[in-house]
Amino acid sequence: MTEPLNHTAAAARVDLLLVAEMIERGARVLDVGCGDGTLLDLLIKTRDVDGRGIELSQAGVNGCVTKGLSVVQGDADTDLADYPDDGFDYVILSQTLQATRRPREVIEHLLRIGRRAIVSFPNFGHWRIRSQVAFQGRMPVTKNLSYAWYDTPNIHFCTIADFVSLTDEMDATIEKAVALDRNGQPMRMTLPWAVWNLFGEQAVFMLRRGS
Amino acid sequence: MPRSKTPPAVSQNEADHPTSPVQHFAAHESLLLDSGASLGPWQIAYQTYGTLNADKSNAILICHALTGDQHVASDNPVTGKPGWWTSMVGPGKSYDTDRFFIICANVLGGCMGTSGPANHEAETGKAYAVDFPVVTIRDMVRAQASLVDRLGIETLFCVAGGSMGGMQVLQWAATFPDRVFAAMPLATGAKHSAQNIAFHEVGRQAVMADPDWRAGRYLAEGTRPEKGLAVARMAAHITYLSEPALHRKFGRKLQDRAAPTFSFDADFEIESYLRYQGRSFVERFDANSYLYLTRAMDYFDLADDFGGSLAAAFKGTKTRFCVASFTSDWLFPTSDSRAIVHALNAAGASVSFVEIETDKGHDAFLLDEPVLFATSRGFIDAAARARGLKEQG
Repeated sequence: MTEPLNHTAAAARVDLLLVAEMIERGARVLDVGCGDGTLLDLLIKTRDVDGRGIELSQAGVNGCVTKGLSVVQGDADTDLADYPDDGFDYVILSQTLQATRRPREVIEHLLRIGRRAIVSFPNFGHWRIRSQVAFQGRMPVTKNLSYAWYDTPNIHFCTIADFVSLTDEMDATIEKAVALDRNGQPMRMTLPWAVWNLFGEQAVFMLRRGS
Repeated sequence: MPRSKTPPAVSQNEADHPTSPVQHFAAHESLLLDSGASLGPWQIAYQTYGTLNADKSNAILICHALTGDQHVASDNPVTGKPGWWTSMVGPGKSYDTDRFFIICANVLGGCMGTSGPANHEAETGKAYAVDFPVVTIRDMVRAQASLVDRLGIETLFCVAGGSMGGMQVLQWAATFPDRVFAAMPLATGAKHSAQNIAFHEVGRQAVMADPDWRAGRYLAEGTRPEKGLAVARMAAHITYLSEPALHRKFGRKLQDRAAPTFSFDADFEIESYLRYQGRSFVERFDANSYLYLTRAMDYFDLADDFGGSLAAAFKGTKTRFCVASFTSDWLFPTSDSRAIVHALNAAGASVSFVEIETDKGHDAFLLDEPVLFATSRGFIDAAARARGLKEQG
């Protein structure tokens, strides 16, 4: 029994809905850095997936398990190595890439464990962020990236251009890509990467291994 | 036979003729044990709570720990105290007796009615004592499976337990994957560590060093190695707690006195507490049982049965797992649970894992831990939905 996408508590989070739309019904899904389980819950209710999660924070895990989600306390940087090749149809890294210690290794694991990897991240190439560094000479603090430099868990920011370049280096293929503007709306597909990189606040990529 | 110097422990009567239900197995239904020995006739004592539904799909098997017994949610016939897991088992609790059919059996080698060293052989009328074959965790699980068969239950909705009970849960999931829909191994490990074997050996040596142990024949000789067993319990009890909890409860407080007595009296509250723990334990537990059960835990190494790979033990499993550990548990630390979780992940199993913040040490799984209650209920409810069980049974 599933619910339509727009009737859920997560309806406001466009990036989550975008991820959900990329996933076929009944798929096996691993959500790395699943937080309080909002996305997993959404995927189970709307996509009827066999969903699992990994979350670093104890409070997040406890909340997920209390909701009945299959979530383990663990660290994306160290614990993905245990998962077997092709164990999942989709492995999702939602808004977590920038908080990992070794983002490239994490993405390599995603591509190994899942037939598809879905990665969403805040774009550090957005013009507001660029202008804060360029004109104020300060580390950027925005609505979506509200931490000061000294207490941020986000240690590996990248831009959309950086991410695309990394996928080239890694022998991965971009199957889908969406950039969200500051209103959370998907930008036109026909625009060039450079425009996305300047005006996209968030990016969602679906990758598979091989070229 | 010499006359008994001390009155027999009540548990001695419970061993042969328990107050709870018993299933008897004849000689031709012998249990073939890991040691190669064959045990029969044999018996298993158990308690049940709640009602088995029509399609027998709502049974939860609770596996007890080293010194537990089948009286999980009802008064203990020996001590008169409430069941040992009333925090988790009962109406409206995580293992809801209004909804599920709860089974708990005394383990093989125990002293509360399941065959063990305190039982008397039917033919000779003599206590088995140390002639009882050494048993393993897998032997305990085989015995439980025979009981579950007798009860006509094909698949258990859930198998749950902490510590030695958790070892049985893991063994169940590995040996009978199709008979376990959900599994909750709590505060446990897939093998007993060298440190844990070491503590057990101290306890066993304490029992065997007691002159009243009589090379294990104390039941026939009418003695009881109470001092040795009490010391074993005292040492073990320390491992169930944590330094912060001991400090919080006792600190360096003196027992009913203003100053040290410059003697070896129990000056400190912690000494008095441990002596009490030792004394009350010997009133309800058989010393040889303690030897056998600690040995079973020592021998436990689940990966060993699967070519050294714990993941292989769970390969292809459909069972849903919920693993929980406690931050201050140094007997079965979180790293032990994490090893189980890693193996389950490698096997592609459905697993939840929570590490619960507490200073109560290993015993936390028996105590008032709201996070344990909330997460286990969330897990059980989700599993019940997946099993197609109704909200109320």
